[in-house]
Amino acid sequence: MSFQFTVSPDFTPDHLSGWYIFNTWLQKQTELAIHLEMYNDFQSQRDAIQADNIDLIYANPFDAAMLVREKGFLPLVKAEGAADEALIVVNANSPINDVAELQPGARVAYTEDPDVRLMGMIMLEPGDLDKNNIEPVLTDNYVLVAKHLLKGEADVGIFLAEAYDDLSSMVKKQLRVLVRSQISVIHHALMIGPKLRDRRDELQKILLEMAADEKGRGVLKALGFNAWQIVDDEAMEFMIDLMDTLNT
Amino acid sequence: MIADMNPEDIVGDYREVSLQLYGSILRKILYTEVETPYPDGKLIVSTTNPDGIITHVNRSFVEMSGYREDELIGAPHSILRHPDMPPAAFKDLWETVQRGEKWQGYVKNLRKDGGFYWVKATVIPNVRAGKVVGYTSVRRKPSRSKIEECCKLYPTLF
Ligand SMILES: Cc1cc2nc3c(=O)[nH]c(=O)nc-3n(C[C@H](O)[C@H](O)[C@H](O)COP(=O)(O)O)c2cc1C
Repeated sequence: MSFQFTVSPDFTPDHLSGWYIFNTWLQKQTELAIHLEMYNDFQSQRDAIQADNIDLIYANPFDAAMLVREKGFLPLVKAEGAADEALIVVNANSPINDVAELQPGARVAYTEDPDVRLMGMIMLEPGDLDKNNIEPVLTDNYVLVAKHLLKGEADVGIFLAEAYDDLSSMVKKQLRVLVRSQISVIHHALMIGPKLRDRRDELQKILLEMAADEKGRGVLKALGFNAWQIVDDEAMEFMIDLMDTLNT
Repeated sequence: MIADMNPEDIVGDYREVSLQLYGSILRKILYTEVETPYPDGKLIVSTTNPDGIITHVNRSFVEMSGYREDELIGAPHSILRHPDMPPAAFKDLWETVQRGEKWQGYVKNLRKDGGFYWVKATVIPNVRAGKVVGYTSVRRKPSRSKIEECCKLYPTLF
C-alpha cells in the first residue's frame, strides 16, 4: 500500500527540494511507501483531500478545521517555534501612516495563502475595510505583491512575515510596514489521515528524534527548520477554534 | 469570586458604582475616562469553562486588562464588566453561545486601573468529542467608526 503526501502550496520555492528529501528520509525511517504530490494551488489540493487521496499533509492552518473535523486527520508535529504572522505594508512614499486612514475602495494586494489573507484582512478592519469594499489585487507570490506596491498598482499589501523579511533590502527600503501581527498561535502542521492513524505514535517519535540525528538535522535544514515539535489534539483543536473566530 | 476594585489601583479621577453580576455578586466598580487604545496586530484571547470562569488568557489579555494572570484564572469573566455595557449584550452573548453558535459584538472592557478599552469580540463554544467544554473569545482591534456607533447605541439599551 502506498500513501500520498502533500505540502501546503504556500511553501517557499527554495524548500521544494527539501520536501522531496524529507519524503525520501521518511520512507527510509518508516519503511512506508509514500508518494509526494505537489499541487499548484489550494483548490486542487483541497479537491484531492475531499476525494480522500491524501494521507499525510503539511497543512495550512486555514485547512486544519476541514482536515480534522471533516476528514478525520490528526496532528503530528509543527516546526519548532514557528508561527505564521502577517504584515500590512505600503509603499515607503505612501501618505498612509495608519490602517485607519485607508478608505473603502483601497487596492489590496495579496496572494492565495488563506491564513495570511485572513490575518491581513483582520488587520485592515480598523480602517473599516472588508472583502466587500476593497479592490482585490490577487497575485501569485509575495514578490509580486511587493512589485504592485512599488509600481503604485496597490495601496496596501498583505505579506507573510517571513516572505517579507526575505525580500531584498533594496526592495524593503522602498516599502514600509504599517502593522505586524503578533498572534503566535497560528502555524502550519504536519498531519496524518485515517489510513495512517495506527502509525501516529511511531511517526511522532521518529520526527521528534530527527534533530538529534546528524542526517535528520541535514534534512530539517533543507526544509528551513531546526526541529519538529509535537502538536497534541487539544493544541490543534484550540488553533481550529481560534481560526474559526477569525473567519467571521 | 471577584474582589471589589481598589482605589490604590486606579489611575486618575474616578467614579464609583455597584454592579450586580450573575450569581448574586455585587461588585464595587471604580472607573475613569482613560482609554487604552487597542494594540495593532494583536489578538486578545481567553477561554472560560461552561460557567464563564476564566481558564486561560494570553499575554495580550494580561497586558490590556491590567490584571496579573493569577488574578484572572479562576475569576468570572465579568471581572472585565464595564458599567457602560448594556446587560442585553451579555444576555445575547450567552444565549447565542449556549445555542452552539458564534457571537460577535463590540465590547467596552474595564481595566484593573479603572480605565477602559474597546474590542471587537468573537465568542465560540469549544466542542470536544461532541461536548461543550468551554468558550473561547478572541478580540481584535475595532474601527473607530464602529466604536462611535456603539457609544451612541449602548446607552439606549439600558
Ligand atoms: C468566552 C467569554 C468571554 C467573555 N468576555 C467578556 C469580556 O471580555 N468582557 C465582559 O464584560 N464580559 C465578557 N463575557 C461575559 C461575562 O461572562 C458576563 O456575562 C458579563 O461580564 C456580564 O456579567 P454578568 O453576566 O455577571 O451580568 C465573556 C463570556 C465568555 C463566555
